[in-house]
Amino acid sequence: MTQPMTPALQIDGLNVYFGAPHESFHAVKNASFTVEKGASFGLVGESGSGKSTILKALTGLAPQWEGTMRVAGQQLGAKRDRRFYRSVQMVFQDPYASLHPRQSVDQVLSETLYLHGASNIDDRVNRLLEDVGLGSAFRFRYPHQLSGGQRQRVAIARALAPEPEILLLDEPTSALDVSVQAEILNLLSDLRAEHHLTYVMVSHDLAVVAHMCDQAAVMQNGEIVEILSIDAMRNGDARSDYTRQLLAASANRVA
Amino acid sequence: MTPLLDIKNLWVKFPTRTGVVEAVRGISFSLGRERLGIVGESGSGKSMTGRAILRLIRPPGIIEADHISLHDQDLLSLSEAKMRAIRGQKISMVMQDPKFSLNPVMTIGAQLIEAHRLHSKSSRAEARTKAIEMLEAVSIRDPERVMKAYPHEMSGGMGQRIMIAMMLIPNPEILIADEPTSALDVSVQGQVLSIMDRLVKERGMGLIFISHDLNLVSQFCDRVLIMYAGRIVEVCDADKLHQAQHPYTRGLLGSLPRFDTPRARLDVLQRDPAWREAPSVEARP
Amino acid sequence: MSQDTGTLRDWLLSETPTSRRQARWAAAYKGWLTLRANHMAMAGLAIIVLLVALALFAPWIAPHDPFVQDLGNRLQPLGSEGHILGTDSLGRDILSRLIWGARITLYIVALVALIAPIAGLLVGTVSGYAGGWVDVILMRITDIFLAFPRLVLALAFVAALGAGIENAVLAISLTAWPPYARMARAETLTIRSSDYISAIRLQGAGPLRIIVKHIWPLCISSLIVRVTLDMAGIILAAAGLGFLGLGAQPPSPEWGAMISEGRRFILDHWWVATMPGLAIFTVSLAFNLLGDGLRDVLDPKDSPQ
Ligand SMILES: Nc1ncnc2c1ncn2[C@@H]1O[C@H](COP(=O)(O)OP(=O)(O)OP(=O)(O)O)[C@@H](O)[C@H]1O
Ligand SMILES: Nc1ncnc2c1ncn2[C@@H]1O[C@H](COP(=O)(O)OP(=O)(O)OP(=O)(O)O)[C@@H](O)[C@H]1O
Ligand SMILES: [Mg+2]
Ligand SMILES: [Mg+2]
Repeated sequence: MTQPMTPALQIDGLNVYFGAPHESFHAVKNASFTVEKGASFGLVGESGSGKSTILKALTGLAPQWEGTMRVAGQQLGAKRDRRFYRSVQMVFQDPYASLHPRQSVDQVLSETLYLHGASNIDDRVNRLLEDVGLGSAFRFRYPHQLSGGQRQRVAIARALAPEPEILLLDEPTSALDVSVQAEILNLLSDLRAEHHLTYVMVSHDLAVVAHMCDQAAVMQNGEIVEILSIDAMRNGDARSDYTRQLLAASANRVA
Repeated sequence: MTPLLDIKNLWVKFPTRTGVVEAVRGISFSLGRERLGIVGESGSGKSMTGRAILRLIRPPGIIEADHISLHDQDLLSLSEAKMRAIRGQKISMVMQDPKFSLNPVMTIGAQLIEAHRLHSKSSRAEARTKAIEMLEAVSIRDPERVMKAYPHEMSGGMGQRIMIAMMLIPNPEILIADEPTSALDVSVQGQVLSIMDRLVKERGMGLIFISHDLNLVSQFCDRVLIMYAGRIVEVCDADKLHQAQHPYTRGLLGSLPRFDTPRARLDVLQRDPAWREAPSVEARP
Repeated sequence: MSQDTGTLRDWLLSETPTSRRQARWAAAYKGWLTLRANHMAMAGLAIIVLLVALALFAPWIAPHDPFVQDLGNRLQPLGSEGHILGTDSLGRDILSRLIWGARITLYIVALVALIAPIAGLLVGTVSGYAGGWVDVILMRITDIFLAFPRLVLALAFVAALGAGIENAVLAISLTAWPPYARMARAETLTIRSSDYISAIRLQGAGPLRIIVKHIWPLCISSLIVRVTLDMAGIILAAAGLGFLGLGAQPPSPEWGAMISEGRRFILDHWWVATMPGLAIFTVSLAFNLLGDGLRDVLDPKDSPQ
């Protein structure tokens, strides 16, 4: 039983449902994948195919699921405790909707730190803001005083607050313009190197996934149709039709 | 050929306690039966331009312009009641944030049917069939389920497509689409774009396509305006976007990650204060 | 620190506050500036401040004792010697009674304004956030309360509890909370599924914390506005109960009760009923104006797009 390395994340036969039992909707069908420690794993695929749902099931936001999910070897049950949230954190798809409109950056970050039982919250808030490249000048701003990119940085700071090992990124840049996207992607690469993080990154943009990840799962209609390495993607070695279609569509968009 | 829409010297200003914020600073452009792209970084005034055309800037914001004419009719001189008739019927707009634009406590179906019946005096059953057709057109997989769902039960991309379906119902002459496909994967994006394309080609609709996706704009549009700090810094034919000259445009292009050639770090834009002061480029015939 | 007004203003209006204290004061100051720009709201606020001052200093301001009867001087007209607003049927000075009555009015308004919205907020947010059978039960109860006309229900309560100011307050509060509960629930439903609530759940926060610290702040602003707008109704309901003899009891100078007394002389001595009526009207209007102004200050302007 002593393996050299337990994977950071192991998902096996995951099914996720939404809605009342008699008319429930099967959003994720039998998904399985493994993410090694320190790796960066991409989830790409059709809109509405269940990418965000996998992350939600993992974090306990989609309660109706079956299958097994393991984080660092620990099997997850129905309830998540604080210890879980200290090791797994998520950045949401829409930076305009993921910050409380009436809470300043300071309130958001200090409450998060407080919930995780941190001491010297004051210094930690400043350090987190430095970490995401905002600086303490932004500390008392409210979301409506921040641009989309700045909001996303705050959301990343919030996710980093409990010093997690795994960061789930749900389209972290799709609502942002290209120059800000470049800044955020660079930031994420730096943070990963600094804090030895494991990423699971959802994106519909193959170029972004190729830039950030080593391996990616391609999803369509609730199913993972294929898991392949980024090199295989670049070389166009795809087995499923959908992946080939996706690659072709992305390839002719490369300038 | 007279253009559908002609805008001269448009300003959008927000008086605040610490001075006036100028979101759009004197831009001029016209729109024919074409696909006009507007690109630029966040905060460059793209959305404000779109909203100003429909006079949808929230107070205390002020719109000023020499004229905003739709077929020689100046929209700025119309009464609010007349303007309401223009919105939706003649010009409709897909807003940037679908989740804020849909009613959170009403089902998608009810909202689509209502939008439909507001614009054509059809029966409920007819409107329902039409609504389902529209959802299929934007490649929603199971429209029957989506009709009964609430906005928060939709994925990011589905919300966007529903907004597009909603805006196409009244059959407008001009469609302003603000980042309509930012959450869509390439294949669905293609389908949504082809709907808009068809409307431009077959019905002679004018399309203003606001986006930060330079590749997409260069492929899909006919003409592109590049905005920076509330001004137009460059106008070019979409297929020539990659040969654009302005350092800002070049910077935007340079910060894109590329699928074929991996790079350790992406270049970020270095802004030059002189760009802000340069006069706005006129994009009228 | 020697800050003259100029730099204090700058400190308050700074776009980049450097401490929590500064941020809080700055937010309050900006709200105040917005309110101050609204002249109608300021007029409303001034009337309410005046009312509070009258109530606080009633013993010093009122020219006469409100209870002392002087039957030789009854029903004096406006502007008569020593009684600017005249006297009532027992010769009591109307102005003094109005000033003392401000205490009772404020007492009722303050109590109702505390009880009803808080009860409504509690029921509405719990119901909206919990969903399921909790929601069904709480909302059916709300519906039952909503189904009765307000004054009729209040009458029934007072009839059961007995007449008196406290019971009137209780009865009005009991009839006033359901609309607040409805409103809070509707807002909670839209807030509950938003990403920022999911985000705080991901930090391991429990339902109580989420409701109190994250949902309430978003509901409270619209609630406050609604309460100030309803204030007129509350004063009128209290006056109505007083008028029907079920609220404040004579000889208490409650405004509604004063109208009720003056009603008998309305044709020959119109001012006896009209003066308290005017007072009710002015205060109701003041609360309405303030409520309108507060709406501008408190409404979340969260998305500048
Ligand atoms: N709370 C919910 N209730 C019911 N159905 C839901 C809910 N959340 C998501 N769904 C459904 O699950 C499916 C997958 O949604 P998901 O958000 O995972 O898609 P996605 O792959 O992230 O797509 P996108 O790229 O558009 O964000 C969709 O069909 C959606 O309608
Ligand atoms: N109510 C307001 N008060 C003051 N300034 C505002 C207000 N609304 C918008 N602005 C400013 O107007 C400018 C233009 O905003 P706009 O929404 O048009 O940007 P955009 O180009 O659409 O950016 P994005 O790509 O992020 O959507 C921004 O700098 C913004 O800060
Ligand atoms: Mg998603
Ligand atoms: Mg915009």
